[in-house]
Amino acid sequence: MSLRFTKALVVGASSGIGEAIALALARSGAAVAVVARRGDMLAKLEEELRRSGASAAFSYAHDVTSYEETPGLFERIVHDLQGLDLVVYAAGVMPEAAEGEYSFGGDRAMVEVNLLGAIAWLDLAAPCFEAQRSGTIVGISSVAGERGRRGNPVYCTSKAALTTYLESLRNRLSRYGVNVVTVKPGFVDTAMTRGKQGLFWLISPAAAAEQTLALARRGSSPSGFVPRRWALIAWIVRNIPSFVFRKLNF
Amino acid sequence: MDEAPAGTSGKPLRTNAPWRVVEGFGRSTRAAGRYAAPGNAEELALLLRQAAGERLPVTFRGSGRSYGDAAHNASGLVIDLSGMSRMLSWDPVRGIAEVEPGLTIEGLWRRTIEDGFWPAVVPGTMRPTLGGCLGMNVHGKNNFRAGTFGEHVLDFDLLTIGGERLRCSREENPDLFHAAIGGAGLLGAIGRIRLRLKPVESGLLRVEPAAARSLGEMLDQFEERLGSADYLVGWVDCWGEGRGQIHAANYVAAEEDPLGPASLHVEKQGLPARILGVPRSQIWRMMRPLSNDIGTRFLNLAKYTHSRLGRAGKTYFQPLVAFSFLLDYVPNWQLSYGEGGFIQVQVFVPDPAVRTVLPEILRLCRKQGLVSSLGVLKRHRPDPFLLSHGLDGWSLALDFRVTPDRRERLWELGRAITGLVLAAGGRFYLAKDAVLRPGDFAAAYGERGAAFLALKRRLDPEGLLASDQARRLLGPPQAT
Repeated sequence: MSLRFTKALVVGASSGIGEAIALALARSGAAVAVVARRGDMLAKLEEELRRSGASAAFSYAHDVTSYEETPGLFERIVHDLQGLDLVVYAAGVMPEAAEGEYSFGGDRAMVEVNLLGAIAWLDLAAPCFEAQRSGTIVGISSVAGERGRRGNPVYCTSKAALTTYLESLRNRLSRYGVNVVTVKPGFVDTAMTRGKQGLFWLISPAAAAEQTLALARRGSSPSGFVPRRWALIAWIVRNIPSFVFRKLNF
Repeated sequence: MDEAPAGTSGKPLRTNAPWRVVEGFGRSTRAAGRYAAPGNAEELALLLRQAAGERLPVTFRGSGRSYGDAAHNASGLVIDLSGMSRMLSWDPVRGIAEVEPGLTIEGLWRRTIEDGFWPAVVPGTMRPTLGGCLGMNVHGKNNFRAGTFGEHVLDFDLLTIGGERLRCSREENPDLFHAAIGGAGLLGAIGRIRLRLKPVESGLLRVEPAAARSLGEMLDQFEERLGSADYLVGWVDCWGEGRGQIHAANYVAAEEDPLGPASLHVEKQGLPARILGVPRSQIWRMMRPLSNDIGTRFLNLAKYTHSRLGRAGKTYFQPLVAFSFLLDYVPNWQLSYGEGGFIQVQVFVPDPAVRTVLPEILRLCRKQGLVSSLGVLKRHRPDPFLLSHGLDGWSLALDFRVTPDRRERLWELGRAITGLVLAAGGRFYLAKDAVLRPGDFAAAYGERGAAFLALKRRLDPEGLLASDQARRLLGPPQAT
């Protein structure tokens, strides 16, 4: 049975996959609340959500690293939406890191946005859904979390940790009827990947959003790659012996 | 590293307190909210100050033995007092105990029985905290004789949301004494309790069982024994026109005790480790397949048949613990009802109406196809507490398994039963309730309810002390 989302919250929605998911939800007629740091883009997005068919649209300017704001904002959103059946955490950053560069500032930002921000929001969504014995949590992780690559150590780390956190949530919550979905996109044509070399199987944010929601609607707490063929790459990457992997250049 | 107990770091509660899902004992209601567990009175006072400063709704919770939503607080703060569980003093000559609110009945009797004292009023389980017993003014099988729990409380400290610590007794703040006992924690936290226990010469009770062929016969049997029994309880087969079995029990004088003084030893008061060869902790698993209509019908019939054929009418001695805490024979018995849990509807009906209202309730259940798996009959007496369920009458407790397809019909049945009870001038028990509505509270408690709410407005003008149950019964808080 395919789930239908009617009261959805998307965190990290001002661009990229988060924005595309919010718009896809609006087109399906859901009431959509969007949270993003860039307040100037939110008003436009809220208007676009309404135009796209959202039964209600709300936007909130919030930096996901302002953890102390999160509980109050979460409660306000649940109140505004008059309930909640879907939370998507799509906020993520990947500052440029040159070969041989070690930048604690940039690394910290990745952990704070990609991981701690997710934990701050989903630690609130989890008890809410556990108590109501239903609900869907979607975390946008990444194929980058499959293996610790030399390219961007802390991005890989933050996504691996997010994947593990979502797995733990799934193991805690699926017994209560809560659907926890881990999505691992490959290359998506967003600001994060713009100008990068060696990209392949690049898909649009809209396509990634549709595939993400299709996965979430299954309702069986799936964990999947977007697009699906990345599963093969991930399998190969996971199985490359370490003594070989350390010699590779990606 | 923040190693303070949950929620007691002193940081703002709205942003820093952990969240938890808490369930009622019946597992049919639950809520997610903030959670804090103070370890002592100072931490409790700090939490109350913080919550008041942040205007965060507060609910107190003990062992979580209230069946419905009395200790839930969706999005608010649940303060779990079970960690404040010290016995502060014990006077083995006068039988007076001073305790923190999180001490359980078990913690109390284990300490006092060898000195020849037993809690004067206990419910059917020893797991509740004494703060919870006070807040819900619990009763036992001796309600008709010994009254409710509150009647044995000498004094207690009430910690208000405004930061006051008020000593409450029959002489000092008597209005608060009679309101906070049974007040479901809506006036403040209970910081310390002093209560008087009952002296007993033996750790045994003399128990006399008797089978009853109908509810009417059971009521007759109760009435015959009201003047002589110390405890009276009736099990009612709700499938069988209210037939069942009563158990009457009396305290035993020292010279009649077959075990002598040894009967007061703690080790003589244990519950059996195994029942029919099965470890007690696993019995709920065996009960689970029987928690449907066919199974409960069979169990009730088997129990009734046993009461007719077995040792009905023959008296026997039974340890106080074994007689009093029947619910503890099967740990986690609530799990036997499955994922949806259960609700208990316990109605209190004035004596003159009992022979019409209780049969009517049983008929209504059968008509709706929602028959209680277990019915328990008790006799009660009035007491002076504002929100007490105690009246000159009877109570019948009915357990109903909750499943998704029965849930709505069960709540409807609960409301229909409520209507019958209110029409008869009856009352309800907040420790059990999951179905009452705002008008029901006003109708059941009348002027006493209004007096309680007036006191609440005085102590808690912003209505910050509020559980999910309180919001269900009283509506949103009315700031003054």
